[in-house]
Amino acid sequence: MSSGDIGVSPGDSSFAEAGPELIQLLTPEGERVEHPDYAIDLSPEQLRAIYRDLALVRRVDVEATALQRQGELGIWASLLGQEGAQIGAGWALEANDMAFPTYREHGVAWCRNVDPLDIISLFRGCDNGSWDPIATMFNLYTVVIGAQCLHAVGYAMGMQRDGGNGATLAFFGDGATSQGDVNESFIWASVFAAPVVFFCQNNQYAISEPIEKQSRIPLFQRARGFGFPGVRVDGNDVLAVLAVTRKALEAARTGQGPTFIEAYTYRMGAHTTSDDPSRYRLASEMEAWKLKDPIERVRAYLIRSEQADAEFFAAVDAEGDQLAVRIRKGTVEMPDPDATSMFANVYAEQTPYLTDQAAEFAEYHASFASAGQEA
Amino acid sequence: MAAVTQRSAPVTLGKAINMGLRKAMEDDPKVLLMGEDIGKLGGVFRVTDGLQKDFGEDRVIDTPLAESGILGTAVGLAMRGFRPVCEIQFDGFIFPAYNQIVTQVAKIHSRSRGKLPMRIVIRVPFGGGIGAVEHHSESPEAYFSHTAGLKVVACSNPVDAYWMIQQAIRADDPVLFFEPKRRYWEKADLDTSLEPGPLFETRVVRAGEDCTVLAYGPMVKTALQAASAVEAEGRSLEVIDLRTLSPLDLAPVFDSVRRTGRCVVVHEAPTNLGMGSELAARITEQCFYSLEAPVLRVGGYDTPYPPSKIEEDYLPDLDRVLDAVDRTFAF
Repeated sequence: MSSGDIGVSPGDSSFAEAGPELIQLLTPEGERVEHPDYAIDLSPEQLRAIYRDLALVRRVDVEATALQRQGELGIWASLLGQEGAQIGAGWALEANDMAFPTYREHGVAWCRNVDPLDIISLFRGCDNGSWDPIATMFNLYTVVIGAQCLHAVGYAMGMQRDGGNGATLAFFGDGATSQGDVNESFIWASVFAAPVVFFCQNNQYAISEPIEKQSRIPLFQRARGFGFPGVRVDGNDVLAVLAVTRKALEAARTGQGPTFIEAYTYRMGAHTTSDDPSRYRLASEMEAWKLKDPIERVRAYLIRSEQADAEFFAAVDAEGDQLAVRIRKGTVEMPDPDATSMFANVYAEQTPYLTDQAAEFAEYHASFASAGQEA
Repeated sequence: MAAVTQRSAPVTLGKAINMGLRKAMEDDPKVLLMGEDIGKLGGVFRVTDGLQKDFGEDRVIDTPLAESGILGTAVGLAMRGFRPVCEIQFDGFIFPAYNQIVTQVAKIHSRSRGKLPMRIVIRVPFGGGIGAVEHHSESPEAYFSHTAGLKVVACSNPVDAYWMIQQAIRADDPVLFFEPKRRYWEKADLDTSLEPGPLFETRVVRAGEDCTVLAYGPMVKTALQAASAVEAEGRSLEVIDLRTLSPLDLAPVFDSVRRTGRCVVVHEAPTNLGMGSELAARITEQCFYSLEAPVLRVGGYDTPYPPSKIEEDYLPDLDRVLDAVDRTFAF
């Protein structure tokens, strides 16, 4: 089979452009457009709440990036540019749905009422995730690329078996689609018709590798080969993401099996604060994507349709300032964890050997304290 | 075949696990079995024979051929409150799942500060001696014993197999359950009414005075044979079935070695950084003044598992165990 059969040829990256399949309800200019398959009807209050979430999550992200630059965090994975995809997906979740994030889903976490400081404590190195994954229905961050997709399928299979009346939403990136675990999760979800929605944020880069290094066809088209529908949505269009994800989750909950959503977006920041994107991408590319900013278009739409006034935007800005202060204060005052906590929760039922080791550890450290007193 | 309901009857080790799985599924509706070919086929060793027929396809799940998928989805099911029992068809096929086991299964309880217990059992037929091709005869237990957050046990006989699988399923931590595949067809009388001891308990299975022989899984039988063989020569070996590899339960081992002054550890896995290394270190730390000789290890060589034509040269046998015992008397 020649590569022409699948519509691409070596070196042809046209498939990676958004293309006509892109589902959009709000243009980059802030104009509402209709789509034959996806409708959305939101009240002015809901639209303003969405804007508030977008703006506050960006504020959290900017603050965390600054805190990392000042040495308060070990590392930070910025969501800059992906707010629309994440808030749209977060808004689509219902109470019984379970989200399985990567390590960048700060926007979805926000929608699940996870305190941003609980996320920051992870990046500060205080813990590996301190929120309650069951109470929030937002799993702890999974750092191993793609591993959580299988967890989401398994959890969904559990819902099938205990009448959970919900679905799972599995988050992952474009790079993760090359992982065995992610492909296996597609197979499992398909074969068991598991109530799971695969939400891929194609932000165009896996650290430095562009999407062309992961796929020779548009990602959403892969779903068909696994036996379920795939759609490509404008990931910077929060309304379209919400409509598409809501529909997919509803299909999953009603026994129609999985959907693959490719949220077509762009990572405006570095992969993490340890990364330097200037080494592998052009500034002009980012400038082009700036024009498609997910927050600006909502703001433009709210103003154009007279659903929000200057007072509203000023209030959101003020709330953002307060939030930033709380995050800064909460971060710098965050206590270091007690070193003995490393022995806690290794097992549900701790082994005698580990108990002894913990005691030896405590004794060893106590010996320094007493040595200090003697000196 | 003996009726399951009979109070005491001779059963094979494989059948005993089958009965234990059945009992666990009857006792707890949250118990699920997952694995390749475990449904209609009943598993390649027939350990799950008849269970899908009786418990349905939702509880005895024939999975895609994807070990990482088995463990990864088991994580999600465990998060949802189920107790998945995963079958890895052969020891050498566990490695696609290694990532999920080590980076996820082992750590999620800790990562979630105890909010997400990983009540997962991973059944692994292990060890050689059945004339199989590559990847079907391995002993990967040390990889998992080395990993915090996992518990690792190995059964050696039908009675233990019946009880230990049920106890592993009831445990609130993830348990690697190693089954000695070449002993699947060994028989013993099983009394299903007899209350068992704890899962993570090491047991003296033959009392002796001159040298302690430590073994687990398939090598327990070999150690017992060695003990019988030297009895006529007037040498008395104490044989200990470790049963639990992580956590280790070493009090009975230390008691024994302090009495005998000599110790030989036997396993099929290569000796380099195998279970014997840790056992020798711990025994040396705790029993130094009682030892008449260094703790010696008998195991597989540090080579890939060889083709089956020469596997008997690789695997520890009665002679190699007795040779090591002799050497402990030469110091």
